[in-house]
Amino acid sequence: MSPPSPRRGTVTIAVSFLVALMLTALPLPHWAEPWRPAWVTLVLAYWVLALPHRVGVGVGWGLGLLLDVLTGALLGQHALSLSLVAFLALRLHQRLRVLSPWEQGVSIFLLVVLDRALSLWVTGIQGMPTEARAIWAPALTSTLLWPWLFVVLRDVRRRYQVS
Amino acid sequence: MAFVLASLVLMTVDHRYRHLEVVRAGLSVLVLPLQLAVNAPFQLAQWASDRLATRRSLMDENARLRAERLLIDARLGRFSDLEAENRRLRELLDSSSRVGERVLVAEVMAVDMDPFSHKILLNRGSRDGAFLGQPLIDANGVMGQVVHVTPFSSTALLVTDPNHALPVQVTRNGLRAIAIGRGVSSGLELAHMPLNADVRVDDLVVTSGLDGRFPSGYPVGRVSQVRLDTGRPFAEVRVEPSAHMERNREVLLVWGAGQGPGEVARTPANPGKGL
Repeated sequence: MSPPSPRRGTVTIAVSFLVALMLTALPLPHWAEPWRPAWVTLVLAYWVLALPHRVGVGVGWGLGLLLDVLTGALLGQHALSLSLVAFLALRLHQRLRVLSPWEQGVSIFLLVVLDRALSLWVTGIQGMPTEARAIWAPALTSTLLWPWLFVVLRDVRRRYQVS
Repeated sequence: MAFVLASLVLMTVDHRYRHLEVVRAGLSVLVLPLQLAVNAPFQLAQWASDRLATRRSLMDENARLRAERLLIDARLGRFSDLEAENRRLRELLDSSSRVGERVLVAEVMAVDMDPFSHKILLNRGSRDGAFLGQPLIDANGVMGQVVHVTPFSSTALLVTDPNHALPVQVTRNGLRAIAIGRGVSSGLELAHMPLNADVRVDDLVVTSGLDGRFPSGYPVGRVSQVRLDTGRPFAEVRVEPSAHMERNREVLLVWGAGQGPGEVARTPANPGKGL
């Protein structure tokens, strides 16, 4: 098999990010809203762990900017938290890769907590009321979702031979 | 590190100044297809329920609407008479007369925004004449104002957001106050009301128009709670908004007197000052 070209699968990665952004904007019933998994953070973490040479801090930053515009948040708020998430995932990807998806979930929990906490910190500085549940509720659902998302995205990656 | 710095600079600039509106508008156009895609299934459901209605229920609805319209027409007849009389009296008093405001129906898109701020996305943008700071109402009262405009969509901040303040007036006695969003649950609070202020539960609160942005006289809400705590410097007055913040699909964008969609498009640099 010939070595795949380095540009291969950019569309696949972009589409997965688009789907994550759409899931973030999908209206949920009021009670379920705080429990919405951090879709973009999860997908970003997966791609950083799987392809650290292609998806890195810059992608995280750009994605965060799109998320800011999508949610009408302060420009740069999600860019900050997502670039930090990408940075940490990049740093730890060697160690995280060898773990089973369930064990990775624990690290994902911490990543999402960091992501949410930074975002909440920024909203808090702007003088908006925040509650602690907004940190741990998405982290919890994201952790539970991670193994499934991992399997799905891995299949997608193999299917379209993204490397 | 550079990205962290860039984010911090972006946030500061976005929070303090208005320079980034262009960047935001550009990026918004990029995300708009996403938002439309998310909105599409809901639109489809709406369309289907419109199309698949039975003849019988349509006839019922028609009859109901006819009756309602008759009632409203009758009321409106009296209202236009009163309006004419009001204008005449104002001319006699030599005070500025109020000219009727123009409105445009906008649709709220089924897209969830940042859960910590109270914002909604509308399907009308600067191409339809929407401008920064434009008031937004529904059939029952004031909803908020436009904070970001792109050519095809706009974002509105609801009056229940903690960053939103609105000059209001109690109709019973003309007492002026500032209504600030409470943020946590939907509701407003009258800020800095002295303990001896004459406010009672169930008083109607309307916009005073002193900000030169919101037209005066639109209902904001009713006082739901007045708490007098002598240990505190101010009374705590809570207002339940009369607009249906979370249940609306259609809202109205308002152009004040002398502002038309065409006129506004020419002076986008000076939003909301033309009232």
